[in-house]
Amino acid sequence: MFEQLSLLSLADGGWGVALLAGALVTLVLALSCVPLGLPLGLGVALATRSKRRWLRLSATAFSTVFRGLPELLTLLIIYYGCQIGAQKLLAAMGYSTEVTINAFVAAMIAFSLVFAAFSSEIWLSAFKAVPKGQLEAAAMLGLSPSAIFCKVLLPQLTRVALPGLSNNWLALLKETSLVSTISLVDLMRQTGLAVSVTKEPMLFYTVACLGYLFFSALSGRLFHCLEQHFNRHQRGARP
Amino acid sequence: MSVDDLLNLFLNRELLERYGPRLFDGLLVTGKLVAISFSLGMLLGLGLALGRLSGNRWVRGFTGVYVYFFRGSPLLAQLFLLYYGLGSFKHFWQDLGLWWFLRDAWYCTLLAFTLNTAAYQAEILRGALLAVPQGQREAAQALGLSRWTSFGKVILPQSLLIAIRPLGNELILMIKASAIASLVTVYDLMGVTKLAFSRSFDFQVYLWAAVLYLLIVEVLRRVLKRLEQSLSKHIG
Repeated sequence: MFEQLSLLSLADGGWGVALLAGALVTLVLALSCVPLGLPLGLGVALATRSKRRWLRLSATAFSTVFRGLPELLTLLIIYYGCQIGAQKLLAAMGYSTEVTINAFVAAMIAFSLVFAAFSSEIWLSAFKAVPKGQLEAAAMLGLSPSAIFCKVLLPQLTRVALPGLSNNWLALLKETSLVSTISLVDLMRQTGLAVSVTKEPMLFYTVACLGYLFFSALSGRLFHCLEQHFNRHQRGARP
Repeated sequence: MSVDDLLNLFLNRELLERYGPRLFDGLLVTGKLVAISFSLGMLLGLGLALGRLSGNRWVRGFTGVYVYFFRGSPLLAQLFLLYYGLGSFKHFWQDLGLWWFLRDAWYCTLLAFTLNTAAYQAEILRGALLAVPQGQREAAQALGLSRWTSFGKVILPQSLLIAIRPLGNELILMIKASAIASLVTVYDLMGVTKLAFSRSFDFQVYLWAAVLYLLIVEVLRRVLKRLEQSLSKHIG
């Protein structure tokens, strides 16, 4: 038993460093989807509420497609589709070269789109929770539309949307394990490599599961703190 | 570019004749996989939900850990853990006579999906069971109904009505997640698509698969919406 555990050591001959590097890739990938996906989701939600028909339709189509497709299929379509598309484009322009898209970038785009589609639903339901009177009052005070959005609407939206976004984040974190199929060396792929060398699948896949659990637990704590922060004005005054 | 060329780009007749039937078979496999694991998962999930509400500290702790583990780690990791991890103790399973089960990717996938969805459904059902007003329990007790009758005839029907929407969402998530089965050599819709792509190098098969998945999810979503409306008619 202890011999097996030495396989996880950080020293030479152990897989500790490799697994940690994989975990870092997983975390960086998931984190880099947030700054792309979150504003895009908010944009899609705004477009769904827009008065223009084509904007509304395309936003609905976007969220239906990316919420309905399996994440694995989205990932493969983006990864292969971008490569083939770029190749065809270059061929049409007269160049014939092999184009390879960086797996990390492809994964980032794919998961950002999925994250945006799911978070747009959360933003939409959050919009319903902000009373109309708030907007009317802000307009009465003579605030500009951008000031209304940034200073009145967004802070309240964030508070309401936070629990839903926390769920989406956890789903995103777990989805990133799929990138191992397009040979990006994340935690899952690194675990697979370790298994193929050491022939200890039970140990390594358990460790991988625990790694993801650790990240989930950590984000759970973090979101709890964030919620406390955004709800601070709602707490009753302490005697 | 003529219309024929354009059609060829997205719906190559030859390719469709060659892989169409296999895609249909893959669709059936996906359906079977989701249907079996979802219904088995519901039974297990109900047990887990009751365990989480139980008065026994040990039962509560164990079911809590189970749910936490299966909801906190990716399905892909769980599937590999079962298929490769448990499969590595070949002699042990052969002695127990269970090797036929763990040797087969299909059974392993079913097991992994069932265990995974049970954890999610347990949380949904727990929430729904808690949402039934306490007065209903007290009224059932006052009428002298036995514990089983009051659970089966009073509490469960009401909580299932509350749970139907989140359960529907979970079913849709399950259909999407079932694409993962293709990674352990199960030829579901995704598996057949990948096979067709690796042989023909024609990207349009992925688009066909995308359309098929979207179609299933959208139809199912509408059916579930109807079902919910017709079941909750007496409330509205």
